[in-house]
Amino acid sequence: MDQQILLEKIAFNVMQGRLEAEDEGFDEGLEGKPAVTELVKEAIRDGVDPKSIVLEALTGSMEVVGEKFESGEYLIPDMLASAECVGVAMDLLSPYLLKAGVETKGKFIISTVKGDLHDIGKNIVSIMLKGAGYEVIDLGADVPTDRIVGAVKEHQAPYLGLSALLTTTMRVMGDVIEKLKEEGVRESVKVLIGGAPTSKEFADQIGADAHCKDAFEATNILKTMAH
Amino acid sequence: MDNGQPINNERTEDPVFGPYRQGVLVKPYERLNRDHVKWLDDASLSILNDPGIWCYNERAANLFKAHGAEVREEQETSGSFFWRVSLPQGLVRDAVSKAPSRFILGARKPENRLLLDAEVPRVYFGTGSEANVWVDVRMEEFVSVDDSQVKVKVPRFRELRGDTTLLSRAARLCEQLEHLDFFIRPLNIQDPDVTPDNHDVNKFFASLNNITKHVQAGLTRLESLKDVIKMAEIIAGGREELRKNPVISFIACVFKSPLQIVDETAEKVFAIVESGLPLVISSSPQGGSSAPIQEAGMVAQINAEILAGITLVQLIKQGAPVLYGSVPVRVRLDNLFDLYGCPEFNQYNIDCVQMARFYKIPCYSSAGVGDAKVPGMQAVFEKLFTHLHMAMSGAQYIHYAFGLLDRTNSFCPVQAVLDNEQIGKIKHCLREPKIDPSITADMINIVKKVMASPHRLFARHARKAMHAGDISSPYRFEAKDLEDKALENAMGYMNQKEKEPAQHLDQTTVDRIFNEIPGILPGLRQVAE
Repeated sequence: MDQQILLEKIAFNVMQGRLEAEDEGFDEGLEGKPAVTELVKEAIRDGVDPKSIVLEALTGSMEVVGEKFESGEYLIPDMLASAECVGVAMDLLSPYLLKAGVETKGKFIISTVKGDLHDIGKNIVSIMLKGAGYEVIDLGADVPTDRIVGAVKEHQAPYLGLSALLTTTMRVMGDVIEKLKEEGVRESVKVLIGGAPTSKEFADQIGADAHCKDAFEATNILKTMAH
Repeated sequence: MDNGQPINNERTEDPVFGPYRQGVLVKPYERLNRDHVKWLDDASLSILNDPGIWCYNERAANLFKAHGAEVREEQETSGSFFWRVSLPQGLVRDAVSKAPSRFILGARKPENRLLLDAEVPRVYFGTGSEANVWVDVRMEEFVSVDDSQVKVKVPRFRELRGDTTLLSRAARLCEQLEHLDFFIRPLNIQDPDVTPDNHDVNKFFASLNNITKHVQAGLTRLESLKDVIKMAEIIAGGREELRKNPVISFIACVFKSPLQIVDETAEKVFAIVESGLPLVISSSPQGGSSAPIQEAGMVAQINAEILAGITLVQLIKQGAPVLYGSVPVRVRLDNLFDLYGCPEFNQYNIDCVQMARFYKIPCYSSAGVGDAKVPGMQAVFEKLFTHLHMAMSGAQYIHYAFGLLDRTNSFCPVQAVLDNEQIGKIKHCLREPKIDPSITADMINIVKKVMASPHRLFARHARKAMHAGDISSPYRFEAKDLEDKALENAMGYMNQKEKEPAQHLDQTTVDRIFNEIPGILPGLRQVAE
């Protein structure tokens, strides 16, 4: 297949949120046709420049998806489906991007704090950030403070996202920040917090860098931080 | 999808009757068991035999007599005469069995027609009553006496006298309400130029020229029937076309409870049935004054009245399309007014739906009325309480459902918009379950896929259902902050809907109607652009 056509097809399928051939898209009648996974593999096989795939097929299409969400045409499941497509494409491309010396937007460690098993919100943020080009290291839920801080140090991550759903566990976020200070890495990492009971005021109170009310705000805040 | 809101007025097609509105097909909730139905049926037939009915119309009395009823002339204590009719059980059973179980109520747009089938609990909702008052709402800003920076918007209400302009506006708005399936004139027209002689042609024209859904009303004057039918024939495209696609139908409250056939209304029943157009035989006794307040007594009596009315219809013309029109209400014990939105209202009405189903006649029922005089929490409670229960009952044709306030005395357009949202949610809630082996197999597949994925999140798999309109959206008029903005938001939505182009009749049709039908007010002459 012509490289340009292939890139356009990848972009189209990202916008349709179609990960695999069996997936339905936003529009009808697409089931059974090659989707992002199959098309990216084909592009790699054909020797398409991985940077072009990222820039021409993935980044632009996610911007369009964002616009469609803003306008109300797309709802969250559509947005997530597209983000997941980009995430999987990035996984497939990452060895080739590394070889080509292309870096991600940065490592983002994400975790639900100790004592809290809720991970839906954390997972959504994870998918969205991966789709936005970050290297997401997801530690899971109910993660001990020491392990979170250890991961920040080990990966030298510039970003840490903490999540909690319970009023009883949100205070653990403060413990994590204190531990980062104790370990001398607080200045090297931006801490973003989120979760239903949290607020801007709470973020200020525990000394976090930002409060994100949802995944979209998280991506926007990260853009500002990068600048 | 409309603003994320699944629309439940998808069209569908019947091999015999053609296209019709889908409504919502429910699994009926039934209060009565088989024995209850049998006991009520026996009681109704017993009442029709003894004491029988007090018939004030000679033609009807003679017709009953000719078919085997025992009829004798009696005199009231006031001196007036009437015919006391004892209906034999066999006569009623035979006549009622001749009423069709399935027929169409037509509409200007074929896809807006309604398929009524007594054996299929497909529920449609529409307007009702003929309120004298239009409640106008506007939001006014008030400043706190403690803090001039604090301002709140509060609804202010104004009563307007119903007229043809407002009825046209109501019809035009109702055209835009996607969950409204039919239109019964909700407003009485009291223009200075409207007289009893031209009342019917004006109310039907104001409705028909602004809505493409089914239009139904009572007849003010028997003499107007000819003109009303001629108007409908012009719109439907001819005499036969109107019978195939009856864009209009009628309501006749032939019984004055308890058990009295009204002379003038009986004459209208004869004329309407002979015209071949569908008719609702409606009865509205008040439990505690014109009927027993006890469920068993109320239902036995209203059922007797409706059965006698349907018997009359079938004796006039066998096979005439007729709806079982049950509007049983309860008396307020503090002032003897009707009390809607109460448990007994639902009990009486659900029972009647079951009785209609037992006789295999489509049921005209009621919901959405209350004592609340303005939109607000009381109105929401009373309406939701009856809307939901009556939809669950599987009544085919639920009137009173949009915009009524102060019992049936006021119509408020913003309330109709709020009711539309509520009814949409109810229709969605009562949809048939989508469960079969192929669907459950799909679901197992999704569970497996998600469990194999890193985040175990089902969100992306919501898309298919979402795009198919299977997933409901949040309340359309919700507020985002610590406030209630339902009314304000509904007004904004109404203003937007009222800007949609009106669905007027075309120039030729309107010209023909104005040329051939006398008495229509010139101000109503509006044509499609």
